[in-house]
Amino acid sequence: MTEPPARTGRLAALRRPSPATRMGLSIAAATGLYGVSFGALAVAAGLTVGQAMALSLLMFTGGSQFAFIGVVAGGGSGAAALGAATLLGLRNGVYGIQLKSLLGLRGWRRWVGAQLTIDESTATALAQTTADEQRRGFWAAGGGIFVLWNLFTAVGALLGDALGDPRRWGLDGAAVAAFLGLLWPRLRQREAVALALVSGLATALALPWLPPGLPILLAALLGALWGWWVPAPPPADQPGGPT
Amino acid sequence: MTLWSALLLACASTYAIKWLGHAVPARWLRNPRMPRVAGALTVALLASLTVMNTFASGTALALDARLAALATAALALALRLPFLLVVLLGAAAAALVRGLS
Repeated sequence: MTEPPARTGRLAALRRPSPATRMGLSIAAATGLYGVSFGALAVAAGLTVGQAMALSLLMFTGGSQFAFIGVVAGGGSGAAALGAATLLGLRNGVYGIQLKSLLGLRGWRRWVGAQLTIDESTATALAQTTADEQRRGFWAAGGGIFVLWNLFTAVGALLGDALGDPRRWGLDGAAVAAFLGLLWPRLRQREAVALALVSGLATALALPWLPPGLPILLAALLGALWGWWVPAPPPADQPGGPT
Repeated sequence: MTLWSALLLACASTYAIKWLGHAVPARWLRNPRMPRVAGALTVALLASLTVMNTFASGTALALDARLAALATAALALALRLPFLLVVLLGAAAAALVRGLS
């Protein structure tokens, strides 16, 4: 007795995950593990284990979470911590706008997908070329990171600073490699390389002068203006041209 | 404001921002320049995040073991190694340089 094709396809997909799923889960493993450092640092900043876990569960955007505990650790007010976390979270709004055109989430998927809208899930989705792969990449990275990030936040918070510095294991280096790995496939055109260099330089120059989170928004603004005003490269550079 | 109330308000604001992005009317995206803007925005954001994760130490710039991770990852990507291996090599490079220094 033969199985219906759809079911066979789904089983085959389970056995051999698509490239987007694999990329999503890879980045989930690298990013999720880093939750140990967040949990440990949050407790070191003076938060309770419950507060550290609430941030990962309800805020679930690393930049904002680190900004929040950073302000608290530096003796800042709750309002200042709230402001820093919100500023760093603004880029997720930009990601949501981009993802809306790719995924078009509706109903309960929009409510769940909104919470999973972070750097890594967006970048994984944008790195794919077909609609199916974009969808798989988003949910694999977002869902995978959500599970692991919360799990390892709890582990880190419970272990506290008894664990020592997670940077010793090079997990911050893993994050660097992951972001470069997501950028790399988009640098095939010379124009993209130029934009990446300009954005990276602007970020480095702005870092010491702007509050946390704003250099990234500055780069986003730069990218948007570039896309609006810089004319598209000649057709030979476009997909479908001679390669 | 207690720490708990600031924390919960911050969670509400970050979620609202995420949700609003997904709820922007579709007609805002019909402009023919929109795909190009979105593409350029992506490259700019990823480059910015790469630089921030490599060089940022709070609001200061720092040259440390993460630079070795960046160089190793670039080499691995140029050699077309798989994504997971690139990430693992980046971690190994940072840990190694940190252990040596």
